[in-house]
Amino acid sequence: MLNDSFRFTPHITLEFKIGEKDFFIAGESASRVKKTLQQLGMKQEIIKRTAIIIYEAAMNVAIHANHGTLKVYIDPEVISIITEDKGPGIPDIELAMKEGYSTASHEVREMGFGAGMGLPNIKQCSDELDIDTKVGVGTTLKAKICLNNKV
Amino acid sequence: MNLRDVKEILDAEVLCCEDLLDREVTTCFACDLISEMLLHVQSNTLLVTSLTNAHILHAAQVMDALAVVFVAGKRPDVNVIKKSEQSGLPLMTTKKLIFECCGLLYMNGIRGNLEEYD
Ligand SMILES: Nc1ncnc2c1ncn2[C@@H]1O[C@H](COP(=O)(O)OP(=O)(O)OP(=O)(O)O)[C@@H](O)[C@H]1O
Ligand SMILES: [Mg+2]
Repeated sequence: MLNDSFRFTPHITLEFKIGEKDFFIAGESASRVKKTLQQLGMKQEIIKRTAIIIYEAAMNVAIHANHGTLKVYIDPEVISIITEDKGPGIPDIELAMKEGYSTASHEVREMGFGAGMGLPNIKQCSDELDIDTKVGVGTTLKAKICLNNKV
Repeated sequence: MNLRDVKEILDAEVLCCEDLLDREVTTCFACDLISEMLLHVQSNTLLVTSLTNAHILHAAQVMDALAVVFVAGKRPDVNVIKKSEQSGLPLMTTKKLIFECCGLLYMNGIRGNLEEYD
């Protein structure tokens, strides 16, 4: 269902820096974007999927890479979430996408992360997902959520 | 039932947002892994966990949780409680362990919750 505020969705860009081992920016940026989407009158399901992708993707940068950026583009037809880092890269992306696969350290697991569910979760919440990664160079993750109702 | 009933059933102590205990509860999710929660949890669910760090609160907000119950007598530090108070997320702590909490809630009509996007 399209409501009025939705029809007039402007183009919005939100950018966040993810610092080294900054385990808090993921939650903060997810909350910030959530608020913006709520103000735009987006459907709750869309808001939640966006928040989950942001949270998991930014958390992966903070945990597995050293630092990076998170960008969120809100357009009338699509929400794009992009994280970029210059971390170690992912040697076997197919393996990394498997539920339960994680290289998280013991300390990180003690905080409640490292279930190996982040990437599968992102995949489930996005309509399009593209991960560009190179060992020793870094990882760029692009997720899209389409706003026009699926038939 | 509402959060006040949950407090009674679990013999819990309310840590913040005492004024929000009228919220209705029908489902619950118990887990100590954040991604697991994010993957499965529907909005407006009660979370039961032994994690007490600030991440659990961020995650709870991301998933629009109703409230969080900490088991085994665990309690987060004051800053976490303060932040939760500000964002309107009720927190409780109980001495009971996770299995007992889930059993008691289930006996009283609370059910699990699964949401799948396809
Ligand atoms: N940005 C990244 N840079 C390098 N490696 C990554 C990155 N993102 C993910 N990985 C690798 O992929 C694995 C799986 O990621 P995934 O998010 O599914 O699980 P996790 O982060 O280990 O645990 P969880 O997300 O459940 O807390 C990680 O353990 C890590 O080895
Ligand atoms: Mg992850």
